[in-house]
Amino acid sequence: MSDRIILALVVVLGVPAALVGYLALIEWLVRGVSNHWRPRLRPWLWLLPVLAFLGVYLVYPSLKTIYLSFLDASSQKFVGLDNYRYIFTDRTNLISLRNNVLWVIFFTGAVVTFGLLIAVLTDRVRYESLARGVVFLPMAVSFVAAGVIWRFMYDYRPPSLPQTGTVNALLGAVVPGFTPHAWLIQRPLNTFAIIGASVWMWTGFAAVILAAALKGVPADVLEAARVDGAGEWQVFWRIIFPLLGTTIAVVTTTVVIIALKAFDIVYVMTNGNYDTDVIANRMYKEMFNFRNFGRASAIAVILLCAIVPVMLYNLRSFRTQEATR
Amino acid sequence: MRSGRFFIVRQPLVLLAFVCLLAACSSNNNNKANGGNAANNAAKPVASSIAPAPGAAGTAQPGSPAAAATGAASRTASAATARAGSPTAGGTLGDPGAAALAAAGGKKLGGSVNVLGTWGGSEQDSFLAMVKPFEDATGVKVNYEGTRDLNAVLTTRVQGGNPPELAGLPGPGQMAQFAQQGKLIDLGGVLDVNAMQQQYPASWLQLAQVNGKQVGIFIKVALKGPIWYDPKTLSKFSNGQTPKTFDDLLALSDKIAQSGTTPWCEGMESGAASGWPGTDWLEDIVLRQAGPDVYDQWYQGKIKWSSPEIKQAWQTWGKIIANPKYVFGGSQTVLSTNFGDAGNPMFSNPPKCYLMHQGSFITDFFVKGTPGIKPITDFNFFMFPDIDPKYTGSAEVAGDLFGMFKDTPQARALIKYLATPEAQSIWVKRGGALSANKLVSPDIYPDQLAQEQAQIVTTTKTAKFDASDLMPDAMSTAEYKAILDYIQNPGSLDSILANLDKVQADAYKQ
Repeated sequence: MSDRIILALVVVLGVPAALVGYLALIEWLVRGVSNHWRPRLRPWLWLLPVLAFLGVYLVYPSLKTIYLSFLDASSQKFVGLDNYRYIFTDRTNLISLRNNVLWVIFFTGAVVTFGLLIAVLTDRVRYESLARGVVFLPMAVSFVAAGVIWRFMYDYRPPSLPQTGTVNALLGAVVPGFTPHAWLIQRPLNTFAIIGASVWMWTGFAAVILAAALKGVPADVLEAARVDGAGEWQVFWRIIFPLLGTTIAVVTTTVVIIALKAFDIVYVMTNGNYDTDVIANRMYKEMFNFRNFGRASAIAVILLCAIVPVMLYNLRSFRTQEATR
Repeated sequence: MRSGRFFIVRQPLVLLAFVCLLAACSSNNNNKANGGNAANNAAKPVASSIAPAPGAAGTAQPGSPAAAATGAASRTASAATARAGSPTAGGTLGDPGAAALAAAGGKKLGGSVNVLGTWGGSEQDSFLAMVKPFEDATGVKVNYEGTRDLNAVLTTRVQGGNPPELAGLPGPGQMAQFAQQGKLIDLGGVLDVNAMQQQYPASWLQLAQVNGKQVGIFIKVALKGPIWYDPKTLSKFSNGQTPKTFDDLLALSDKIAQSGTTPWCEGMESGAASGWPGTDWLEDIVLRQAGPDVYDQWYQGKIKWSSPEIKQAWQTWGKIIANPKYVFGGSQTVLSTNFGDAGNPMFSNPPKCYLMHQGSFITDFFVKGTPGIKPITDFNFFMFPDIDPKYTGSAEVAGDLFGMFKDTPQARALIKYLATPEAQSIWVKRGGALSANKLVSPDIYPDQLAQEQAQIVTTTKTAKFDASDLMPDAMSTAEYKAILDYIQNPGSLDSILANLDKVQADAYKQ
């Protein structure tokens, strides 16, 4: 145990020390270079450690993954596009792809809509931070724990027994003649039940970012509109919404990426059974259950291809947003 | 990748720290304690699932995992024919602590050993009770960690170069894969081979061998196929007669159903492995309807799922599982009920169901679910009845295999200890486990039921090992899922089987 503590100390103190040492060293070396070359050399030397890390931990694995996706299960034989052909013809994988589309549409739609609604509404109450805190709280729960919590919420028991699941018990008490549902088993209800649980988790994230942007809407513009006789509805749609445009775009694209990468909650709640699978869970199964490196890599590449354009758009809107500040 | 900006800065540092930690673990492992990280590892399957997948793929050994998958299939299945003759009871066993000390070479070793297994709840308690004397006698701390997603967790840790010293193996199929990759340590040099051969039936030893090397050991075994009932309530319908044939069983079910109560308690939920209780049904039916040869061809991937024999097995099972008048709560309840809780309505007053098909280990869950109930008076079993009289005397068995991934003195001592009759007696006494070790005396079984089961395991004419545990993982996972789909929608059996055929064509490929 003691050598572990020493090791932890070495990592915690040693790594920053090594970085600072490196910078001191290159500054000392750069001093010896002519004035002409110094400004051209320095940024690259400063960037070098980061570029090296990026290369080793991001670029190389990505390229290797793309390469592996054209090889067979044990990465020994070249199989061309077979892995991709399999993913786009196999029923289970097609359902996963369909579910990811459902996630992108409904999860993103709900998170952004509710986030915006909560941001705008809490902006006007006195106990604003408390209200927003409550909405943001689920973000502090780990995804796995949230999955377990929602499994209990959606728990199903036959109508002849008392309902222990919160959702069934509540609806049974409120709605006359309600028969309990197996929320996680009946399709297509189950996919939406899981999406619902994720919306609970991520709405706070959208709400907090949008609320921050809302603070940036100039009060004089709003006042001018109201003086000109605009109703609250008009103020929202004509003034607030357009001014929040870039932030909404950033939030939306971020949430789209989260939807595409959805994994933990599906793994915990149904493990992809009953047609609720998503591609990230397929990738996990191919990789860790079936040890099919080819197919797992192919799914990773497909996921990458789906996410990269969204991310580029995200970065661009983020930059526009920063520029307009 | 949530935000491009943060990703660039944060990731390398996190990874660096991670790599350093890994390095620390592996450098420590040879002879030093590796304690304290059980909690971290427990979170691993989920925490590491997305981020490292491309990276892990990048650094993966180009071994031949898929090729190994078929290794299990090509091994002869009849190895599972456990025909040991009844245990040669006799001699009183020593104290488990003494056995533990002997396993440790008479030394107080100290240190710790990490063990990964599939047990949770009361099964975990029993395992911990089993290792308690070992801990006391040798001073070695046993860090046990249980997961229902054992296969994925174990594979990840083995691939990552950070396996536990000892681990439960998901089945002989997985064991063969690990052995062929050279990940498992040959226990021939660890255990006393002569003593093993005297204590264990040859068939159970062979099941844990790969290419002639003893790479695993069964620390407990189970009998699949008992059908459980509460004698007090069932007698109303059975008149003390247990069904001798499958038709009798259906007639009994009918009789109960006509009284307005569903006869069967069933539960398929089991986390990532949901659906496995159904595989036992199919195996019991195939074994008794199509016979042991078809059974072997089936798990070896030599006959199709859509072949008449296998399809018929599904249909036979469907007579029970797909009949809403037969199963408590209908398909939705079956699918959403955990296998361990499924028996509880059998003991409610009045009972909601009367019969339950589950392995010998389920008694542990019965007692946990309804405290105070006693074997024989409150629950009893009859064996899965014959379907074709030609195959009378067949039984399906299963077991918990243990293997050693890292050779440390502590790990050696523990696996030696776990193989001893003294250690296995502890779990056997607590209930829910049978032992393949012949020196575990029938007298120590907690009740007559467990004794009978132990008797069946060791004396049945044809004992076959759980087929789904012998299939490649892609195949058994697809079977689990198919079972859930079938229960939800029995009408789509043909398309379910067609899909299984597709998986089969792929999963057994080199």
